[in-house]
Formats: sequence, structure tokens, C-alpha cells
Amino acid sequence: MTTFATDTATVFSRELRPVLRDPFSVIFSMLQPLLFLALFAPLLPDTDGGSALQWFVPGIVVMSCLFGTSATGSNLLFEIQTGSHERMLVSPLSRPALIVGRALKEIVPMFAQAVLIVLVTIPFGFELHVGGALVALAILALFCVGLGSLSYTLALAARNTEWMFWAVQQTLLFPLLLLAGILLPIDEAPEWLRVASHLNPLTYVVDAERALFNGELVSATVGYGLLAAAAVGVLGLWIGTKAIRRASA
Amino acid sequence: MTSTMIRTSGLTRHFTVKKRTVEAVRGLDLTVDEGELVALLGPNGAGKSTTLRMLTTLLRPTSGTAEVAGRDVTRDPRGVRARIGYIGQGNGAGHSQRARDELLSQGRAYGMTVAAARARADELVGSLDLGAVADRVVSSLSGGQRRRLDIAMGLIHAPELLFLDEPSTGLDPQNRANLAEHVRRLRAEQGTTMVLTTHYLEEADQLAERVVVIDHGRVIADDTPARLKAAHAGDRITLEFDHEQEAERAEARALGIAEGAQTERTGTRLEIRIDGGARLTPKLLRGFDEAHIPVASVEVARPTLDDVFLNLTGRSLREESAGAGTQERAA
Ligand SMILES: Nc1ncnc2c1ncn2[C@@H]1O[C@H](COP(=O)(O)OP(=O)(O)O)[C@@H](O)[C@H]1O
Ligand SMILES: [Mg+2]
Repeated sequence: MTTFATDTATVFSRELRPVLRDPFSVIFSMLQPLLFLALFAPLLPDTDGGSALQWFVPGIVVMSCLFGTSATGSNLLFEIQTGSHERMLVSPLSRPALIVGRALKEIVPMFAQAVLIVLVTIPFGFELHVGGALVALAILALFCVGLGSLSYTLALAARNTEWMFWAVQQTLLFPLLLLAGILLPIDEAPEWLRVASHLNPLTYVVDAERALFNGELVSATVGYGLLAAAAVGVLGLWIGTKAIRRASA
Repeated sequence: MTSTMIRTSGLTRHFTVKKRTVEAVRGLDLTVDEGELVALLGPNGAGKSTTLRMLTTLLRPTSGTAEVAGRDVTRDPRGVRARIGYIGQGNGAGHSQRARDELLSQGRAYGMTVAAARARADELVGSLDLGAVADRVVSSLSGGQRRRLDIAMGLIHAPELLFLDEPSTGLDPQNRANLAEHVRRLRAEQGTTMVLTTHYLEEADQLAERVVVIDHGRVIADDTPARLKAAHAGDRITLEFDHEQEAERAEARALGIAEGAQTERTGTRLEIRIDGGARLTPKLLRGFDEAHIPVASVEVARPTLDDVFLNLTGRSLREESAGAGTQERAA
């Protein structure tokens, strides 16, 4: 007999397999963040902390996770249309496992992309603090799982209307990205922008990533980031689980 | 001893589309015993898929009950799922997956160990002739290969009850014959109970021992193909004449010879429907000869399930399925 844990493992490894068989797909989805890195980083002035990369790279790591993970629902959308999602719904797999397993898989490409970004930037002066970076990625993983689950929820809601999925995803993605201060700092932004930024959970995650990647392990910033990421993770999974239960009624 | 595999009572499903209620399945009462091979036959939109989707726990019934493999579909959906196999209208394998990988994860989903799933996958790859493509990505497979993979996935856990929704759609004649062969073998060797839907008359006729004819969400007939034909449709004798008025005289004469025959005349052609038409034809021809009505040609056709459907509904299944192709939904 299967359990929630074994079902989740089944779904997780099914999702992961194409990625492992074709690792190049991971790189493909991070072309855009790498492009931003190449075009933006030279524009930023170096700070007293050191290279501008120290500020910019953690943001790009988050961005790369954001791009890949927010689009991941399109895989499910496709499987809803072809019939392979239906085939899994007829199997005894636990309903929550169908979402949780998929969402957990997002951690793997996120991690691979982060490692790649760091490796690419070290020769250009990015200074790596391994301990901090690992904690940073653990926090980002929580966020990633929640975001992935939300992306799958969007796919379940969009069902046969593919354009709807992309319209919502694109509409939410860029404001989220800009308001979190990933590309440009928002310290000197007008009041309303700063308020909006404070309402964005991603802002706290990005701030925490910056602190951690700079080796600052224990601080309020890190605490808030952890809290925000965990909240997104839990809330995302909860919403996703509800959505798949309802969709299969 | 045979036990009941499926028992539905008043099974009903409504959909609401743009504030209008579509009664897709209306009060279906169906009993299927262990080992039966049943075809649900009906035109597009008859409610076949909706019925199957309720029986496989994909859709909740609006009302009524269904017990499948001894479990209630609403109260114990997981119990039902663990005992059945389902090959849907679409393709079950993920496009970015490799065929064999999908077989393995399907086995895992049904609680098989990795070793058992692997052994069973090898077996199915062999018997469904998938060896050449098993390690390829699904998106590179042809339609027929994908369909065979679907079948392999549906069989991985050797279910005692298997549902197939339009299994032969998109298959060329050769693959269709292969599929039929596989279904027969499964039935003979494993005693698997099977319920399949189709809008192909020949398929229902050749494959199933029992045909349930569905129209507008209701069962309108339920029997073996032979008995359905015997009860609902006679042989069809088609006669051609050189002149219209010969056909006219022949019709009157035929009605005198063959009691209870139904005739239909169009121009120089006369169509007679009657039971035992093949035996009657020589007698008819002698009668025409005596009345000096020269017959240009004669053809005797055994009844088809289409004749049954025509008799029951006044519509032809053939025309409907040809015309309604666009209505078909993946749902
Ligand atoms: N998800 C759905 N939403 C709305 N209407 C549906 C849905 N699924 C099926 N229907 C309608 O129910 C009827 C029966 O459909 P279906 O069971 O797919 O027929 P069949 O499989 O016999 O072709 C059709 O009128 C169809 O349009
Ligand atoms: Mg159908």
C-alpha cells in the first residue's frame, strides 16, 4: 500500500526525471536571468561592501527561481490537455501528493541554477560565503515550493485556456520582481512604491538572500526572510492542495 | 462463480454550461459481471465518456450510485482506483518523459515495487511491440505507438477491471486489429473484465460479447450483437430494376410474398427489410419472374448495428459520427 510520502516521492521523481535526462533544459530557462546579469551588473556602481555583484547576484538567483518556478504550471496545463494528468487522477496516488511532489521538484533546478550563477560570477569578483549561501538556498527553497504550487493552482484554474495562464503569470511576475528590488534598489523610490514593496513577501526573501550571501547569518533581516518564505511555502501548498481536491471532484 | 464488477443505480450526471443544464447521463442502471467484455456504443455526445469518468472516479455523479470492483465510487474512490485500470480518450504519457520511465512511474503509482514495475514494464514493452521506442521521448512517438504505450500503462498493475475510452481512435487499421487482438487475449488469458466505449460499429460488433447502446444519456438497448440484430433489424434486400414502374410493381408483389416486410422505394431501387432475408430472396425472385418483372440486380445484406441504431432511434449512427466529429471533446 502506498502512503502520502511514497506517493509524493513517485510524483517528485517522475517530474524530476526529464530534468535529469536533459539537464540542458535547466540552463535554457535561466538564459534571461543570465542576460540581465551581463547587462545590468556593469551598470551598478561598486559599493563600499565591495563589488556590485555582491548586491546583484543574490537577486539574480531569486529571479532565476522566480522565472522557472512561476512558469512550471504550464507543464501541468499541457498534461491536463493531453490526458496524462487524467491518467494520474485515476491512479490511487494521493491528491495532495500530485501537487506537493511536483512543487518539491522545483527545488532541484533552483539549486542547480544558483550554483551555476555563483560559479559564473566568482571570476568577476563575487565573494562566496558557503555557509550563508546554503542557508539562503534553504530559505529560497521554501519560497520556491510555495510559488510552484501556486503556479500549478493557476494551471488547474486555467484548464483549457492556455493564454489565461500566461496572462496571469506575466501580469504578476514583473511587478513582483520589480517591487522586490531585484534589479534596482527601491530605498530611494517614492513613498507609495516603498509601501507596495513592503507588502510584497518577496522583498523580505530577497533582503534575506542578500544578507546571507554576504555571510551575515543571524539577523532580523534573515528572520523576516525565513518567515516570508515559509509563509509563501505553507500558503502555496495549502491553496494547491485545496485546488487539486476541488478539481477532481 | 461470477461476481458483480459494476453495479450502477440511477447514475446521473448533469453539467451546467452557460446557465443551461446538459443532462449527459440520465439514470443509468448497468450491471457488469466478472469476466464480461462490454462495449458502450453511441454517437458522439451520447454520454459514454461521462459514464466512464463517473465509474473511474474522475467525475462525481450528480445523483445515483455506482459500485465498481466492490467499492462505492463516492465513498471509497481510492479503493476503486486501486482496483481498476483506465485508458482514457487522450494520451496518458507525458510528452517530455521517456516511454519506459512512464511505465515505471505508473507502476509505482499503483504501489508496485521498483523491481516488479521494471519486470512488468519489460513484459508489456515486449507484448505491445514497443521495444524500439521504449527508451525514446514520448513526443517523438507516432500516434499508434503512443496509443500502445497508453495501453501498456493501463495494464501495468494487471487490473481485474479495465476501462477503455475510444481505444482505437487515431489508430490505422493494422493497429486497430492489433488492439482488438490484445483485448481478446487479455480477456482469454487473464479473464480481465473490460468496459470500452466506441462509436465504431464494427469495433463493437467484432470485439464485444455485449453491446450497450447509449443515446442521449440513456441505455436504449443491451444485448449480444447477434441478438440485438435479430431483435431490432432484419436483413436488407436491395433490388435494382431498369424502370421505375417495374420497381413499383415489384414492391406490391414483394409485400404479397413476404409478410411483415418493410419496403422503401427510391426511383428504380427497392429496399426490403425482413428477418431471414437470405432465405426469402430466391422465393422473391421466382415471384417477380412469374409476374414478368425483370430484376436488374439483387443484393442481400446482413443487418449491422447501425440498422439496430436506426431502428431504435430513427437516426443513423454512421451519419452522426461522421458529422459530429468537431463536437467531440477531450473532456
Ligand atoms: N466537462 C463538461 N462540461 C460540460 N459539458 C460536458 C462536459 N463533459 C461532457 N459534456 C457534455 O455531456 C454530453 C456527453 O458527453 P460525453 O460523455 O463526452 O459523450 P461521448 O463520450 O458519448 O461522446 C455532451 O453533450 C457533452 O458536451
Ligand atoms: Mg467520449
